[in-house]
Amino acid sequence: MDNVGGIAGRIFAIVAAPVSLLVEFGGGAELLFDGIKKHQVTLPCQPEPWHIRNLLKWIKQTLLKERPELFIQGDTVQPGILVLINDADWELMGELDYKLQDQDNVVFISTLHGG
Amino acid sequence: MCQAQEEYGGCDQPQRRPRVSCAQKCMKCKEASPVLVIRVGDAFCKACFREYFVHKFRAMLGKNRAIYPGEKVLLALSGGPASSSMLRQVQEGLSREIAKKLRFIPGIIYVDEGAVCGQSLAEREETLLQMETILQASGFPYHLAHLEEVFDLPSSILQRAPHSPAGPENSYKEAVEGFICQQRREEGGSPSLPERRIQEKLAELSMREAPGTEGLAAPGARLLGAVRTEQLVQLFGSVKTLTAKEELLQTLRNHLILHTARAQGYSKVMMGDSCTRLAVKLLTNLSLGRGASLAVDTGFSDDRHGDVVVVRPMREYSAKEIAFYNHLFGVPTVFTPALDTKALEKASIHRVIERFLFGLQAEFPSTVSTVYRTGEKLSTAPGDADPATGAAEPQHCLLCLCALDTNVEDGSALQAILVSEQLSQQRLPAASPAGRGCCPGAEEQRGCCMNTTAPGADARADFLPLLCYGCRLTIKDTTCLESLPLYVRSEAERRKCRAAMKLEIQEFLLEDEAVNPGES
Repeated sequence: MDNVGGIAGRIFAIVAAPVSLLVEFGGGAELLFDGIKKHQVTLPCQPEPWHIRNLLKWIKQTLLKERPELFIQGDTVQPGILVLINDADWELMGELDYKLQDQDNVVFISTLHGG
Repeated sequence: MCQAQEEYGGCDQPQRRPRVSCAQKCMKCKEASPVLVIRVGDAFCKACFREYFVHKFRAMLGKNRAIYPGEKVLLALSGGPASSSMLRQVQEGLSREIAKKLRFIPGIIYVDEGAVCGQSLAEREETLLQMETILQASGFPYHLAHLEEVFDLPSSILQRAPHSPAGPENSYKEAVEGFICQQRREEGGSPSLPERRIQEKLAELSMREAPGTEGLAAPGARLLGAVRTEQLVQLFGSVKTLTAKEELLQTLRNHLILHTARAQGYSKVMMGDSCTRLAVKLLTNLSLGRGASLAVDTGFSDDRHGDVVVVRPMREYSAKEIAFYNHLFGVPTVFTPALDTKALEKASIHRVIERFLFGLQAEFPSTVSTVYRTGEKLSTAPGDADPATGAAEPQHCLLCLCALDTNVEDGSALQAILVSEQLSQQRLPAASPAGRGCCPGAEEQRGCCMNTTAPGADARADFLPLLCYGCRLTIKDTTCLESLPLYVRSEAERRKCRAAMKLEIQEFLLEDEAVNPGES
């Protein structure tokens, strides 16, 4: 009996803990999100860990209000959109494969409008 | 593309650029952990990046030696990332200790284009409020202009003013040394410093009272403003393609900035065009038929107006560097929707080229800098004498003031285009007015817009020879020439009359010996 309880407890521990993020949009990208620049989001619990890859899919389904092709191209962001994870270039963090941690800060800045 | 180690057999994706991992150290100080990657694989930490960024600005100004100490320079601020970053660099540069200080006197101009971009009055006021906060925080004298003011410009804008050529290299050094000595002397004796400050304050006051800054506020001016806004909307409404609209907007904006610079005594204008933007502009201009003026359109200094020189100190910063700097160091920007915001991918040539370049850059990160470096090699040729008219200096386009590139020589591409235009006109003498803008070499189904009702056709036929090829395409997409601002039309009229007059008295003019060597 105890062993079953122990195994069940271990199985539950493998499921990813809820991940809370601050997602920000800048440089004009906020236009696609109702003009709101900062979104405090909590990603739903799921067995697979959250990477940037599935975060993008989630943003497309949940937050993106219009013109998805202006933000996402295939698997990744549109060329011209910079991604910062905790104020660092996502190229240094593994880009799409970066594993999100709780309280991370992800910023999407569009460079498509010059100034 | 050529990549030595690439294996074409097995992989389904082109090999991506090498990944730089967070585990590596900053390539400059080798100590801190990096926060961003510039170019291909250069990782910088925050402090080193800041140094690199600031240094590049000063090196750009120093290398080109275009700005003399004590000169008045107008910063063109659009609220976007690049120009906001430029403003911050100027602020930083002016605040350093005197030996290394930037030595010019800045002013700022912001042009409100909300009417053209379809923004309501309330939205425009809100944007203006945000911009004013930034402008006031900078501490420099500033000018708020509305694009509607373009209807009140004098036609002298379209005339090239004489420009006193810059002296030889030595004079720059002498000017700098003289300036430093003068500053040291002034610091010793106190009376002149407060005087100078008072003069500056007076200058600020006079600028703030200029009519443009209160355009939306005062009730009498509000009525005029509404009329002008209507005219502006009508003008842009009569332009059929987004490409032509963008070109026209740029032209009008430049004229307005130039006018402000001339009126307020600025001899230089700084534009915040980044490397990425200039690469896009280069390719776009080639596609628009503006290849002849590439050097002035994308070079560091642009002296087509004569007395006021436009410089582009941000031209070596990529859009990524600017965006990172603004985010990491809190540079305030105001996003305003432009003409092509949320437009379809192929709505205008500008969009197509931008999409193309950005897409290529994502896979091959040296694309933008390669285009830029190629553009850097372009330089303006000294003005050649125009053999057709025998004029000493080349004629200039009415709108963009570049040298006219429309000599129809035998075998030139322009001649081929004009011939095919004429052929298609003759085939359909009574064609209905063109549905879309006339493109050179129009298909046979659609008549050339030169076939419309006689007065319109005449006006257009008179107007087009005054323009360079690129501007001709823009004007061909404009259905109603009457809605162009008065200064453009009156200058066109003036030039036409002069040309006609010159033709009449041609036989009485003494001709150059080079043109007619044999005749007496």
